[in-house]
Amino acid sequence: MSHALSIKQLKKKYPTGTEALKGIDLVVEEGGFFGLLGPNGAGKSTLISIVCGLTGKTSGEVLVGGLSIDTDREATKEMIGLVPQEFNFNIFEKVIDIVVKQAGYYGIPRPQAIQNAEKYLKKLGLWEKRDAKAMELSGGMKRRLMIARGLVHEPKVLVLDEPTAGVDVELRRGMWDFLREINEAGTTIILTTHYLEEAEQLCRELAIINKGEIVAQGTVKDLLTKLQVETFVFDLAESLNDKTKELISKFEVRVIDPDTIEMDLQEGESFTEQIVALARLGIMVKSARNKTNRLEELFVNLTQEKKSV
Amino acid sequence: MTWKKTWIIYMTIVRTEVGRFFRVWSQTLLAPIVTTTLYYIIFGKFIGSQVAPIGGFTYIQFIVPGLVMMTVITSSFQNTVSSFYMAKMMKFLEELLVAPVHPLVVVAGYVTGGVARGLVTAAMVLVVALFFTKLMISSVLILLLFGILTSIFFSLLGLIVAIYAKNFDGVSIIPTFVLTPLTYLGGVFYSIKMLPDFWQIVSHANPIFYMINGFRYGFLGFTDTSLLVSAGLLVVFCLGALLFTLYLFQSGRALRTG
Repeated sequence: MSHALSIKQLKKKYPTGTEALKGIDLVVEEGGFFGLLGPNGAGKSTLISIVCGLTGKTSGEVLVGGLSIDTDREATKEMIGLVPQEFNFNIFEKVIDIVVKQAGYYGIPRPQAIQNAEKYLKKLGLWEKRDAKAMELSGGMKRRLMIARGLVHEPKVLVLDEPTAGVDVELRRGMWDFLREINEAGTTIILTTHYLEEAEQLCRELAIINKGEIVAQGTVKDLLTKLQVETFVFDLAESLNDKTKELISKFEVRVIDPDTIEMDLQEGESFTEQIVALARLGIMVKSARNKTNRLEELFVNLTQEKKSV
Repeated sequence: MTWKKTWIIYMTIVRTEVGRFFRVWSQTLLAPIVTTTLYYIIFGKFIGSQVAPIGGFTYIQFIVPGLVMMTVITSSFQNTVSSFYMAKMMKFLEELLVAPVHPLVVVAGYVTGGVARGLVTAAMVLVVALFFTKLMISSVLILLLFGILTSIFFSLLGLIVAIYAKNFDGVSIIPTFVLTPLTYLGGVFYSIKMLPDFWQIVSHANPIFYMINGFRYGFLGFTDTSLLVSAGLLVVFCLGALLFTLYLFQSGRALRTG
């Protein structure tokens, strides 16, 4: 399988002296769904800006579909569609004009541009608003407008920078379904996000970036196995009494209240064995859940490790 | 990039630019007509009737070409400076920067928009001029040559100012402190032969003087300086501005974030 995006030793130093990227290595497979996670100021948007040609790089190599952004700038730009984090359209223009015009910037003949615009505005539920000025749209509609605009030239790679920031839960899930659909249809998707749930739900591969460096990269499953401890919360079928409290003290658990306990499971320890052992003592578990999102735990671990260096 | 694609991209920019100034016609088309009509009435009719003929022409006949050229200069400059600065400030310039568009095509598209506005407003103020005086045309070719080249130069200047501007003050500083004084001193309202020798020499250092004189020759067949020198200088100004604008685009200066 060829690479949709391949980045080698990418560095970016701003004239102010800020080193935004300190040698990034990254590979995104064709047809992949790739998530780029990182705290604010980690370098995510700089990385995306370089790939899309909005910012120059200091050194390193960036290949899109096997072509260099330095020597084949036009061809690589044609392969990418960008959905930026901030609204960046002319708010005085009509919705349809914004999307059709963008297709024109990619050299698509006007009749075809209008057809493509109709297709994506309909898919994103904006067709009824086609003659409205962009300023009249709600926040969620503006985000969807930018997705339609990013897709109108039918790119091989769609890059989304925080696509669901500030979008309500229902709309966010609708956008997830849409992104899954276009990914299944063959479009490679690269997204940055703060929502770790979003990354876990959507992405097959992830990279965690912190202070301009990749601190972890791999499939979601691989990354999660890096976690050595996982905390579970058990809701008990019956409240603990003095007798069961004494019995349970043999276990490494924390009693939160008479109906709830927390347990840390080390990597390799069996969840089932713990449940069975508790049952033998007469402590029945009604339900169990992760204390925190596991990816969030990994994310915090990795970014805090770096901070303490 | 094929020629066909390049043409589509160019026409997309032109359509956007021309559509923009027609959409806000009261600011872009009506305002210069009102201003120039006031000049025709006050300077042409009221004051002009008291002024002796210049080069055998009535005062209003003499100032019409200069006033039309002033409109061309202001309209072309304003079109590119405001359009490009807004695109930069509101970040929708990124729509162009992420696309496979060659800088020359972006410059050509914006300049065509500026020239279109310059020529449309020029045509409109010329029509208004017919209500005040008879128009003479000595050479359509010279008229178009100077009108279009001046419009190209000031459209390019508008782009350069917009690229460097960090705020609205930066956009207005050049028209207020450079363009308006140079235009007024470039011989719109007088022949430089009416000036003392020293100020005649100084006037030759004003680029707008050559543009107005060339344009006036197209109407009246009358000029204060060599037509060939004026045309030559105008071509050099246009080429210089074009190369500098392209350099700014190619280097990514003021367009990309770093």
